[in-house]
Amino acid sequence: MPEPSTPVESCDVLVAGGGPAGIAAACTAAASGAAVILVDDNSAPGGQIWRSRRKHPQKGLAGDWLAKFSAVTVRRLFGHRVVAAPQPRLLLVEGPDGAVFIRCGKLILATGARELFLPFPGWTLPNVVGAGAIQALTKSGLDVRGKRVILAGSGPLLPAVAAHLKHAGADVAFIAEQASAAKLLRFGFGLLGRSGKLRQAFTLWRRIRPWRITPGSWPVCVEKSESGLKVVIQSGVARHTLYADYLACGFGLVPNNELAILVGCAVGSGGFVQVNHENAASVDWVYAVGELTGIGGVEKGVVEGQIAGSAATKQAVDRVLLRQRAAAVKFAAALADTFALRAEVRNLADAQTVICRCEDVRLAALSGLQDARELKLQTRCGMGPCQARICGPILQLLGLPGQPSVRPPIQPCRLKTLAAQIKE
Amino acid sequence: MAEKISLLVNGGKITADAGVSLAAALMNAGFVRFGTSVMAEPRGPLCGMGICMACRVQVNGQRGIRSCQTPVREGMEVVLDA
Repeated sequence: MPEPSTPVESCDVLVAGGGPAGIAAACTAAASGAAVILVDDNSAPGGQIWRSRRKHPQKGLAGDWLAKFSAVTVRRLFGHRVVAAPQPRLLLVEGPDGAVFIRCGKLILATGARELFLPFPGWTLPNVVGAGAIQALTKSGLDVRGKRVILAGSGPLLPAVAAHLKHAGADVAFIAEQASAAKLLRFGFGLLGRSGKLRQAFTLWRRIRPWRITPGSWPVCVEKSESGLKVVIQSGVARHTLYADYLACGFGLVPNNELAILVGCAVGSGGFVQVNHENAASVDWVYAVGELTGIGGVEKGVVEGQIAGSAATKQAVDRVLLRQRAAAVKFAAALADTFALRAEVRNLADAQTVICRCEDVRLAALSGLQDARELKLQTRCGMGPCQARICGPILQLLGLPGQPSVRPPIQPCRLKTLAAQIKE
Repeated sequence: MAEKISLLVNGGKITADAGVSLAAALMNAGFVRFGTSVMAEPRGPLCGMGICMACRVQVNGQRGIRSCQTPVREGMEVVLDA
């Protein structure tokens, strides 16, 4: 039976995602007097990076934008996620109280990025988590005081998480950065031209100095032992065995592009949504901003959010923003180059290592398959609850077939939501 | 001091600060294994941001609730490894 009473809401601009880019987009669009709705899966604004530490008011850029956002007229649907897009300009959204259709003039996608996880022996053990994950969990109340944490992976997230964990009382035992010292040095010199970034890097470095980052090192395997997790780290030609309560890995970020693909946006290499200089995507009613168009951090997100928020409401786009965007895009390219994953790190899995965690599909089961369809039919790889959000990027890195197709529902939802029908 | 609330986990009582996520509350109470994989391996939270589905637990009779996206509520009845 179709559900007859699914409510329908309308707006000029729908923003999907309430992180820095989405907040900037919503504030800017609302300033024109447009009716704006913002939808986000989380229970509060800020996304992953501005996830408010409980009872700690945020400062700086985060504080400014969160204050601005709390003052504008925007309909906020937190705890809601987009499930399907049954027609152009019409999205089906599920919240705690059920389903709602939202009709919009323009859609601004600010769905952000998730962590890239890499498979290595033992990576499925409890307490082996994402680097961003341990930060998010700590911000949402995980007590890490006195806990020993090993951080491993690549990119500027590692020192940021290390600083955060130290502040929360954890003992950060080791930071393994897979990029070489030479690459990091070159990246550091590149920052000299960007005073803001350099100052940020310097502040971080001062806060985490006690442990130092070890470039050219990565986790090889982890197993459970009586003294917690036993982690083997490769560092140059040497191997060290370390013990920890948590192994937190962050090998980079991949865009949450499912909704973008669902509404028909063209995506390029790495899964990033292709946009023009005003962040318009290939579909005329859709814009994409922030990490979705290239991993560049908060500044890029805030700039792109403002650009799309203006463009989507026919306001003139500030030229200063366009210049800032060009610089941010350049910085994103430098990040991608510096922290590109070396072959050794991409190939840590052995034949028995699980690749698809939802269906427990091991690497050995994935050889000799022709395409994504065969991979799914033969192994169920990518068909579990996460719908290949974790193993999809891994398959791509390993050069295996299986870039999954995107079909509704793009998030797990209630049957009642699927049965929702729109009255014409 | 944060307000304390209590919840039932697998029949036993635990306390947590109001406002924390259920995943954090469970980990603080010493729960490491949240579920079991299809090949019977132990699993716990991985992504912390609602994507990996590894932290799903049963809450007040409803299965498949992502504990990392769910704030704790007084009197919640939680079943792990359900």
